[in-house]
Amino acid sequence: MKKAPVNKIIPFSNVDGPGNRTAVFFQGCTFNCLFCHNPETIRLCADCGACVPGCPAGALRVNGLGRVVWDSARCVQCDACIKACPHDASPRVTWMTVEEVMGMIRRTAPYIGGVTASGGECTLRCEFLIDLFTEVKKLGKTCLIDSNGSFDFEADPRILSVCDGVMLDVKAVEPAWNDTLISYPRDLVLRNLDYLIKTGKLAEARTVIFPDRDRENEETVRYTARRIQNSCPYKIIRYRPYGVRERYRKLLGETETGADYAERFARLAREEGAARAYVV
Amino acid sequence: MSEALNIIKDPTLTYRQELVSLARLGESTDTTLRYSDAYYAAKQKGALCDLNEGVMPFRPRYICPDYEKLFERGCAFLQLEPPRDLMEAVNVLEIFYCHVPSITTYPVYLGDLDKLLEPFVRREDPAFAKKVLRLFLRNIDRVQTDSFVHADIGPEDTVTGRMLLELTEEMQLAIPNLTLRYDPDRTSDDFALACVRCMLKTAKPSFANHRMFVREWGERYAIASCYNGLTVGGGGYTLPRMRLYECSLDADSPDDFITRVLPGYIDLQLEYMDKRVRFIVEESSFFKSNFLVTEGFVSQENFIGMFGVVGLAECCNHLMGITDRKKGFGMDPEATALGRRIMDVIERRVSEHTAPYCGAFGHHYRLHAQVGIDTDGMDDSPGTRIPIGAEPTMLEQLEVNEQFHPYFPTGTGDIFKFEETYLKTPEAILQIIKGSLANGLRYFSGYLENNDVVRVTGYLVKKSEIEKLRQKKQSLNQVTLFGMGAQDGAHALDRRIQHHEESAGQ
Ligand code: SF4
Ligand code: SF4
Repeated sequence: MKKAPVNKIIPFSNVDGPGNRTAVFFQGCTFNCLFCHNPETIRLCADCGACVPGCPAGALRVNGLGRVVWDSARCVQCDACIKACPHDASPRVTWMTVEEVMGMIRRTAPYIGGVTASGGECTLRCEFLIDLFTEVKKLGKTCLIDSNGSFDFEADPRILSVCDGVMLDVKAVEPAWNDTLISYPRDLVLRNLDYLIKTGKLAEARTVIFPDRDRENEETVRYTARRIQNSCPYKIIRYRPYGVRERYRKLLGETETGADYAERFARLAREEGAARAYVV
Repeated sequence: MSEALNIIKDPTLTYRQELVSLARLGESTDTTLRYSDAYYAAKQKGALCDLNEGVMPFRPRYICPDYEKLFERGCAFLQLEPPRDLMEAVNVLEIFYCHVPSITTYPVYLGDLDKLLEPFVRREDPAFAKKVLRLFLRNIDRVQTDSFVHADIGPEDTVTGRMLLELTEEMQLAIPNLTLRYDPDRTSDDFALACVRCMLKTAKPSFANHRMFVREWGERYAIASCYNGLTVGGGGYTLPRMRLYECSLDADSPDDFITRVLPGYIDLQLEYMDKRVRFIVEESSFFKSNFLVTEGFVSQENFIGMFGVVGLAECCNHLMGITDRKKGFGMDPEATALGRRIMDVIERRVSEHTAPYCGAFGHHYRLHAQVGIDTDGMDDSPGTRIPIGAEPTMLEQLEVNEQFHPYFPTGTGDIFKFEETYLKTPEAILQIIKGSLANGLRYFSGYLENNDVVRVTGYLVKKSEIEKLRQKKQSLNQVTLFGMGAQDGAHALDRRIQHHEESAGQ
């Protein structure tokens, strides 16, 4: 039975694609973005045990096999464990089967337009996603993927065949800025951008705007806008320091991007032809 | 100080509010209607409650006149001809409303306003029509000064319906309460979305499950007062309520409650209702001489008695020894199942009772999930709602509601408070509404946190008006006082907010 590590399932979400959607967040990411505001979703738990003593609710323990196990019934969601974790991981992850995830989706199905797989990076669970989406499709619901673009959609087209679209992050175009921010080769992301546009599967593109980074922001937005044109909405996201790791907050700033500043780049995007650019 | 003097000296009461309070006081001096000792004992204990309906019911509690008839035939008593244009139509309604009695003294049902006015609106220049409707709504807000005044629209999209929504948004008034009768086959998504946007900004309209109401009442049903299902050309005689938590205090166990305590209280409330209904029909002059009856705007056969319950959650939690509300009714499947068992008993026993003067409804009363009153505090949550502060996720809350709403043809509902981002995604809310109504939800209300007009338990108030009362100033709306009581006693405005949950990766 295929299992995947699920960080959480949000039954009703209005920010993970159009309408009301059930969002499944998978644990583990291919990137390590400096500005990640959920860094606890980046890696899988290493069972180091560092978070166990600090749990005020007795929801964490090390079992006989040396594994850290989490008791969801006891957990009071205080987040002490994820703050204590030195590995950008979380002990509050459940390995679930497709059927278990579908258990929740069958309940939410009457109230939603579809399901969004997010993360972490959900395409790390490609095989699981294919099975999951195949089941979701049987309920007549749409399936969207929220991706950082590190999966080669062209090389393995199976996943696109069962999903309605991909919401793609275009984080940084300029190579040096990309290296600082993401530490991952950008070329695949940009190839995916083009491929998704070509196949009509780009549901949304997103770019985070950083305070006082005129050149970097501009380069990313201009490039992306020129590519996507009117093919999909372009979400211009304001950087917010909440949840960002302290060492990176120093580099990126302690203040959030101002609405006016972000609006400048949405305007730029629209000028470049991305008619559906908007700030969130 | 005598009670009358108290009323007369109270600086926060308007003249009309004083008048109503004094009339209530006068009514309470009569002793004609007597009930059994057991009834008075139950009332004393707080297990049964008459909702301050008054000892001498001199009119039915809720009256839903047939306004279509008014427009067809006019009204002889009020010397009104059938209206020929929009100005006349609005004028006829404004006059007529002032003569429709109710428990609050204000009309609790204003009609299907869009359907009534559509032929007239369509014949006018749109800007002029909108101006007339604006003055009409202003008249209602300032003259019918009570939040239980209620108008219906839908299910179809109309020019008038659209204008009413636009004006509702522009004017930000608490009165009238408004319901969209929603039918997925007849209400376009576009119109429904306009209603969602308006609801977020003004806390109205609410969404009524049109198919469900039509199944129970036929096409000509009214949503009146808070969310009360009734028949057009009829209404509700009386609405007392069982306070289920207080009832449960007599029981040793869930079984003892269901087999011994509950039936006893049900019968006492039925006895009380029978007496009152008989009195209204046989003794009071309303059904003999009021022009609404003599001219056929309502007929006695179309009235029904409303059997109210409140506090099911607290009742179940008490019977199961659950002290943490967050782990009780609504969250704990056993407590919720006990709730269904209790409702099954109530439903069956009430439907086996032959009720006087309920001819159009098989001679039976129908159930009502009473919405609570300002003095209930935290003891009894409205109807079958999950207590404020103990609400689970919206999904779970809907799933629980869907199990209980079908029990209540004369009304129930739940309220959801949304966070700002939903303004940008009304289609997300519409999907939720569609799903829940298809699954058996009867009535859906929502509003946005931080609004001035908010829905308290079933009615609307302005938070700014509550502030006026706190500063010992008068509020024109006589319901503002209830809103203040519910905010203070039951924390009714602190319900859980549906958040746009943050997504995990930026
Ligand atoms: S959030 Fe973590 S630390 Fe807090 S109670 Fe839950 S498991 Fe324990
Ligand atoms: S969650 Fe982090 S701190 Fe806790 S055991 Fe796993 S790796 Fe260690």
